[in-house]
Amino acid sequence: MGFAFEEIEETIRMVQSEKLDIRTITMGISLRDCSGEDANAISKKIYDKITKKAENLVKVAEELESEFGIPIVNKRISVTPIAIVADNIKKEDFILIASSFDKAAKNVGVNFIGGYSALVHKGFTDGDLNLINSIPQVLSETERVCSSVNVATTKAGINMDAVALMGKIIKDTAELTKENDGIGAAKLVVFCNAPEDNPFMAGAFHGVGEGECVINVGVSGPGVVLAALSKLPKNADFGQISETIKKTSFKITRAGELIGRLAAKRLGTSFGILDLSLAPTPEIGDSIANILESMGLSKCGSHGTTAALALLNDAVKKGGVMASSYVGGLSGAFIPVSEDAGMIDAVEAGALSLEKLEAMTCVCSVGLDMIAIPGDTPPETISAIIADEMAIGMINKKTTAVRIIPAPGKKEGDHVEFGGLLGHAPVMKVNSFSPKDFINRGGRIPAPLHSLNN
Amino acid sequence: MSEQKAIISVIGVDRVGIIYNVSKLLAESNINILDISQTILKDIFTMIMIVDIKNSINDFNNLKEDLKNLGERLGVKIDIQKEDIFRAMHRL
Repeated sequence: MGFAFEEIEETIRMVQSEKLDIRTITMGISLRDCSGEDANAISKKIYDKITKKAENLVKVAEELESEFGIPIVNKRISVTPIAIVADNIKKEDFILIASSFDKAAKNVGVNFIGGYSALVHKGFTDGDLNLINSIPQVLSETERVCSSVNVATTKAGINMDAVALMGKIIKDTAELTKENDGIGAAKLVVFCNAPEDNPFMAGAFHGVGEGECVINVGVSGPGVVLAALSKLPKNADFGQISETIKKTSFKITRAGELIGRLAAKRLGTSFGILDLSLAPTPEIGDSIANILESMGLSKCGSHGTTAALALLNDAVKKGGVMASSYVGGLSGAFIPVSEDAGMIDAVEAGALSLEKLEAMTCVCSVGLDMIAIPGDTPPETISAIIADEMAIGMINKKTTAVRIIPAPGKKEGDHVEFGGLLGHAPVMKVNSFSPKDFINRGGRIPAPLHSLNN
Repeated sequence: MSEQKAIISVIGVDRVGIIYNVSKLLAESNINILDISQTILKDIFTMIMIVDIKNSINDFNNLKEDLKNLGERLGVKIDIQKEDIFRAMHRL
């Protein structure tokens, strides 16, 4: 019959009981032709362009879902960093732009739109500063807008003025959305080495080197990897574990590649990249932490977790690169605490700390992600958490990010609830010794040496 | 144009008339069955049919809906997927 019975059954099982899905089809749209000096005119151009380009995005995704029987969980849009498009408009007018952005997303039926962003790794333009200062208001007054700020790169070093500012911005954003446990901060990412073609929110934007319009796809599949590993004998060695992950990753990537190419074709645009990230969901069994535990750790966060994650991340990439012609974006295992039931469990059991999560981000994408911290954490401490994470990315030539939520009025051990894919999270302990004088110095941390790599 | 293959999967508790009813629906839609294979594992009946939908008089989404409704009537889960997804995942 062309396929073995087992092959067909395996695909069906992956979808029906192991939660294989395409996590996101993200349309990247360039807004470089929408700039100008009048905020109303820019807003209109942005709205018109997004609603025209993405008019059929949801429809096509739903068709593909039906034809191939694989759920496509999210349909999203990323655009050129708005600080570039709106560099010379007035500070108070940024909210206008953000609202048209939000309306456009709602009109075409996507749940998040990314690109309310600025790239300030070397320094700020006036427009960058205006945009960053508007983030708290924008994230509290819009529903679907996601924001990101790139504050460091391996080539430029770390803009510590931006790091200091982002600590305050995150705190203000959480404060303005305190009725919802500070959910605004869950839509704000601070990056080092931000990728230009990332399809995942909240950090997606359409980079300046990208074309007019492109389709990027993110696959998922922690549940599938976990199921495959659970079929291995208890004493299987690491070579076998790696081999099993590679084969599984190959299959799920191929599914994503097929859907991405067809989506691009039907939307009359080009296929950009496939992002090989393993993205968990709050559903039981769809967890990165559980995969690490299945390798023999009694709880995620125990000693050995970083090594297990390194193996997982590397094997996913090795299997995936052969399955897709164009791999990009973040491509690594995500470890968002609130979106992963196993991570939540590990934090609640006292096995997983902020410091261990930081160590884990050295070997996987993408960084400290969806972590709730006490609402009274000083902004300088948040900035210092960002600085540490940026240093890891800068030195290791990789993307790192911080998406952290200082939950207003909550203290260590309390619980915050964001709902949906964003999940819920226990409030984690933060080191209480102050880094204030360090953060207040300002300036830049110089770019690192690219030789003598020890 | 040559064949346009799709794969129909039926999963659930075995009972009289599953193949009969699925085949009947397919015949009414002018869909040719190319291959059928089935197994019973731990009391769960799994049937996989490879069909050619090129000459189908039923639109793909309608067919999917009809199969789903039939499945509900028979107490099994029926789905149809275009063949390309299996080719992508299992063939180099």
